[in-house]
Amino acid sequence: MVHDMDRNTRIAERLVEAEQIKGRSLWQDAAARFVRNKAAVGATIVLIGVLLFTILGPYFAQWTNEEIDWGRMGDIAGQGGPSFETGHFFGLDEVGRDLFARTIQATQTSLIVGVIGALVAVIIGTLYGAVSGFVGGWVDNLMMRAVDILIAVPYMFIIILLMVMFERSFFMLFVGIGIVSWLDMSRIVRGQTLSLKNREFIEAAQAAGVGWFTIVTRHILPNLMGVVVVYATLLVPQMILVESFISFLGLGVQEPNTSLGALISKGAGTIIYGTIWQLAWPLVFFLLTIISLFFIGDGLRDALDPKDR
Amino acid sequence: MLNYILRRLLIAIPTLLILIVICFFLMYAAPGGPFTSERPLPPQVLANIQAKYGLDQPILVQMWNYLVSILTQFDFGPSFIYKDRDVNDIIAQGFPVTLTYGTISFVIATLVGVSLGVLAALKHNTALDYIAVGATFSAQALPNFVMAPILVIIFTWQLGWLPGGGWNGGQWQYVVMPVIALSTSYMASIARITRSSMLETLHSNFIRTAKAKGLPTRTIIWRHAMKPAMMPVVSYLGPAFVAMITGSVVIDMYFSTGGVGQSFVNSALNRDYAVMLGVTILYGTLTILFNLLTDVVYAWLDPKIRY
Repeated sequence: MVHDMDRNTRIAERLVEAEQIKGRSLWQDAAARFVRNKAAVGATIVLIGVLLFTILGPYFAQWTNEEIDWGRMGDIAGQGGPSFETGHFFGLDEVGRDLFARTIQATQTSLIVGVIGALVAVIIGTLYGAVSGFVGGWVDNLMMRAVDILIAVPYMFIIILLMVMFERSFFMLFVGIGIVSWLDMSRIVRGQTLSLKNREFIEAAQAAGVGWFTIVTRHILPNLMGVVVVYATLLVPQMILVESFISFLGLGVQEPNTSLGALISKGAGTIIYGTIWQLAWPLVFFLLTIISLFFIGDGLRDALDPKDR
Repeated sequence: MLNYILRRLLIAIPTLLILIVICFFLMYAAPGGPFTSERPLPPQVLANIQAKYGLDQPILVQMWNYLVSILTQFDFGPSFIYKDRDVNDIIAQGFPVTLTYGTISFVIATLVGVSLGVLAALKHNTALDYIAVGATFSAQALPNFVMAPILVIIFTWQLGWLPGGGWNGGQWQYVVMPVIALSTSYMASIARITRSSMLETLHSNFIRTAKAKGLPTRTIIWRHAMKPAMMPVVSYLGPAFVAMITGSVVIDMYFSTGGVGQSFVNSALNRDYAVMLGVTILYGTLTILFNLLTDVVYAWLDPKIRY
């Protein structure tokens, strides 16, 4: 009996210990892989730096983004360069406004456009693709033919059209970007859904009498999150690029608001007068944002892609 | 195979028609028009002008006439702004320019991109690989509207080697910078796709078998690895070609090449609907055609695809 008691206690102790060993979820696994990826971690730090710059920058700015420095605007090439004495850390823009404040404002705009554009694409594309793939049959056929048609529309032209014909507002910009950006997403999600829907747990849910919409939202969508997160991260820089492209043509965000694309466009136009900082600063923030987002997206893909395991 | 192509063509026709209808209604829905100016025209004059261009008819009649004239005579109608030119003239003048440097950029981007990608994959995890990956990342982040001014600063302002804009009948000095500006980011995309797909192929079982048989590396790459590794690249190239022509709006504007992109933006600003519609339809057609071509090449390359 004593012997048995000992054994029982030992088993009990082991069970207690065993409980403490936790299983690793897919996301913890992915997080560990992501942290090991030096480029991705570095890119995350850079991106956080850019975010901090847009949040904390205004507290350091000596000028607001709308004030015009009348004293120096006559000789921007000579006196408007970046300097600490004048309080214009990044110099002046082409009409004498503080480029430091303008760059903060532009970075904020570009990030907002990128994130909201990507969100719109993710929400519409994911729901559309998941429904299309899950319902299948003629509905799937119809929905995917519609995507085929929309993909054939030259989207840059449609955005330009929208911006020219309707008033140039943030709202129209998002509509234009949103119309075109969800198409690839819906295709990717549909493919994933097709491979998911014949798995046992979906069958079990169906056997239990769960409705199709609940199955899509509760069982299919959570399993799609990996693909969606990776694609969304890669979509943000694309949205920023599209917006800056439109701003470059002078059709994007309107004054007094500005975006990195608009600042780059202005800076590129005035470079012949020797004001290189007007191109350099926005360009630096543009490149930092885009490249770090690229690296983060790539790191996430490596971390979440089941192929590489 | 022939059956598959025919079926795809049959789907392409309604797609194109729907595209035209969508664009037409979009233009119709837009507020303002080519004849709304700051000083309003007398109503009688406006009515006369609208009657001349058939704008006084019901929208469905207008659209029907438009479709019929495109399908029967390939006529996209007169320009609303330029009195003596019609849409066909404007496109016929601009499109060869765009097509010329678009095609050159496409060929260069494909050749350089694929070679760079294959090279990086073969030298995986060496300095060369890292340089290639870093370069492609930066090149993708540098969109052509940034490339264009940088090129002009270097080659026109600093070195004075190349003219900063214009076309001049396509003399090579005028083509160089548009081609570089346009092809760089696509080159980077192609290189990245090639690299990752080549890496995947090189790690697959049949390549290991080929190595085990003692085949020379050159044969393995050219005879065994190249074809499967090119599949994702091919599916990218079709859309990329169209994107290179449509994406050239910026190039057209910046270098004033006189290409279609320039006439598109000008017509959009002037609300010259006829030209806008014509250009949009032209590019829509190209997109559909090249998607079709890509799918056909893909089906031909990949024995696993059923058609």
